[in-house]
Amino acid sequence: MKIGEHDWHLELFGKHIWRGRMEAGQLLALARAVKEEGGQLIALWGSDDRQLGDGFAIHVAFLTSAGLAWVSSTLPAEAPAYPDLAHIFPQADRMQRATFDLLGIKASDAVDDRKWLRHGAWPANVFPLRKDFDASLPATHDTDAYPFIRVEGDGVHEIAVGPIHAGTIEPGHFRFSIIGDRILKLEERQGYTHKGTEKRFEGMDLATGAKLAGRVSGDSHSAFAWAYCMAIETTTNSSVPDRAIWLRALFLEIERIANHLGDIGYLGNDVALTFGFMQFWRLREDWLRLSAKLFGHRYLFDCIVPGGVAMDIAEAGRTELKALADRIDAEVQELKAIYDEHAGLQDRFANTGIVKPDMAARLGLTGLAGRASSQAWDARVQFPQPPYDQLEVSMATHRRGDVLARAEMRFGEVFESLRIIREILGRMPEGDIQIQLQPGGAVCEGLGWVEGWRGPVIVAVRVNADGRLDRVHPHDPSWQNWPLVEVGVLGNIVPDFPLINKSFNLSYSGPDL
Amino acid sequence: MATHLILQKIFKTGFISEPAPQADLSLRTREQELHADILKVFGQSVAIRHVDAGSCNGCELEIHALNGPHYNIDGMGVKFVASPRHADLLLVTGPVSRNMEVALKRAYDATPEPKWVVAIGDCGCSGGMFGESYASCGKVSNVIPVDVEVPGCPPTPVALLQGILAAVSKDKTNTAS
Repeated sequence: MKIGEHDWHLELFGKHIWRGRMEAGQLLALARAVKEEGGQLIALWGSDDRQLGDGFAIHVAFLTSAGLAWVSSTLPAEAPAYPDLAHIFPQADRMQRATFDLLGIKASDAVDDRKWLRHGAWPANVFPLRKDFDASLPATHDTDAYPFIRVEGDGVHEIAVGPIHAGTIEPGHFRFSIIGDRILKLEERQGYTHKGTEKRFEGMDLATGAKLAGRVSGDSHSAFAWAYCMAIETTTNSSVPDRAIWLRALFLEIERIANHLGDIGYLGNDVALTFGFMQFWRLREDWLRLSAKLFGHRYLFDCIVPGGVAMDIAEAGRTELKALADRIDAEVQELKAIYDEHAGLQDRFANTGIVKPDMAARLGLTGLAGRASSQAWDARVQFPQPPYDQLEVSMATHRRGDVLARAEMRFGEVFESLRIIREILGRMPEGDIQIQLQPGGAVCEGLGWVEGWRGPVIVAVRVNADGRLDRVHPHDPSWQNWPLVEVGVLGNIVPDFPLINKSFNLSYSGPDL
Repeated sequence: MATHLILQKIFKTGFISEPAPQADLSLRTREQELHADILKVFGQSVAIRHVDAGSCNGCELEIHALNGPHYNIDGMGVKFVASPRHADLLLVTGPVSRNMEVALKRAYDATPEPKWVVAIGDCGCSGGMFGESYASCGKVSNVIPVDVEVPGCPPTPVALLQGILAAVSKDKTNTAS
């Protein structure tokens, strides 16, 4: 596979997914080549491979013009280190810091080497994702305080918010430096929901792993469960029945619509249009109740399983789902006309929380928020896995990069997902919905890549010879999008922060792991 | 102007709120100290502070749903507030991450007496899939006293309401079906 002038000797590993190994020193050159052709760094994580006789490893997933490239480099067992990639792809910064906290693998010469996921639950010289980690160590209760970057000057003061916020939101800390009402700087501190998810995967059987993957970020259940199962099915070289694949896409689009409806409602709520909240949450509730009726769970939890899906849809269910899709389509059009005409709402949405396209490209803004800032990437469109290769998804994009653009994105994607759902319901092939997976009996790796409602979700797995999980890294797009919230709020007033934050609606649990 | 469209839509939608469910007293984990005087303090309403102590955000989806028009919680006197100092009841999702342990304890201490704690979700009730580990304290009652546990992954809005009502109900015996 060529990126730039050079052939990087990557092998095709799945549809649009490439795999390769290289010296850690080569990573820099590869990262530069990817950057040069307009690609992005999507994920970075580490693993402890000492039991395989390989020391440690650093893994990077790049988005390139040919698809997703997963490259790994072996690092020595003593003082493992690799070249800093954050000076090429700034989104790598927090991923590199988390990799150090969890595994003790260091990014050499990184400018920012502060801790990230580690607060006080374990000491600085102990690394929980190492295989020889002693879980019985007592918590240290944060003796080394986190060094926030301070803004100083006449009239500058700080507002510290969180970890517990005023609304029903996940926990995280925001440190605002402001003059009057205007935000000079925002610094995020996260990791509060770090609950040892990756460690939990170790030694798990494959079916339980799917349940845990779906609970990395509950609002993206189907995206994570599908990506995990795709990865597992690569390791076992299984081909899943067509009908199951179509049902997975149905579940993913149902999830996308549920989240978008909720967000559009909350965006109305945040500008005092309670009417919008009530209307969209009424539609969302109808949507969730039908999911519960048809598939046994309001959020479709545990419907996607290794080897296929656990729930099928009958003829009557298809009719009912199609009827609701039609009704929601018509009602959202009506409501969109109101949002479009509402002067107060438009005034608050437009030109608020802007992330300009060049900044989005430089910092790697991805997914829905990325597409609102001209970053036209959608795995369903450019690198479609089945059944998306037969669905001709059309991508919504905007250039404004403000709250309005991110709201418009959601309207556009609701309509498109409703169309996809009707298409799936009409064209879904008959047949089985699940096969029994045959474990390979050797150590093997796999990677799944799914365009969730928030953006690209990837799950990388390694399965041991005994058929149990050795290492799972689930990657939520919130990793790379959170730093752009810091950018988007600059120069805005503090009271607009909740609106801007909601327009991104990023996950805390997803990247905190 | 959008006003006439809004009014049209409101009239067309009509009133969709559903009647409140019964309290499910089987969710109680300990005897309530519900004397007449305590109920007098709270009158007919309860103020809730939600604390996400480390959940996957699945339970939060259902807490949000509870605020939608189908459930009409304001009409029942159930209200979400912005600070534990304003709250009668803490609604806590788990598992409690070690990184949230101190914050949760502080929120509990900041809530004025008398107070209730309702732990929600399989993780809040038992630690769930995450259990106890180097990073997780497990269930909520490992960290603060809990009055009512509402299991489910996530529990439905109706189950949440039944749990909240069980905490504040003066009934001693269960009437929920």
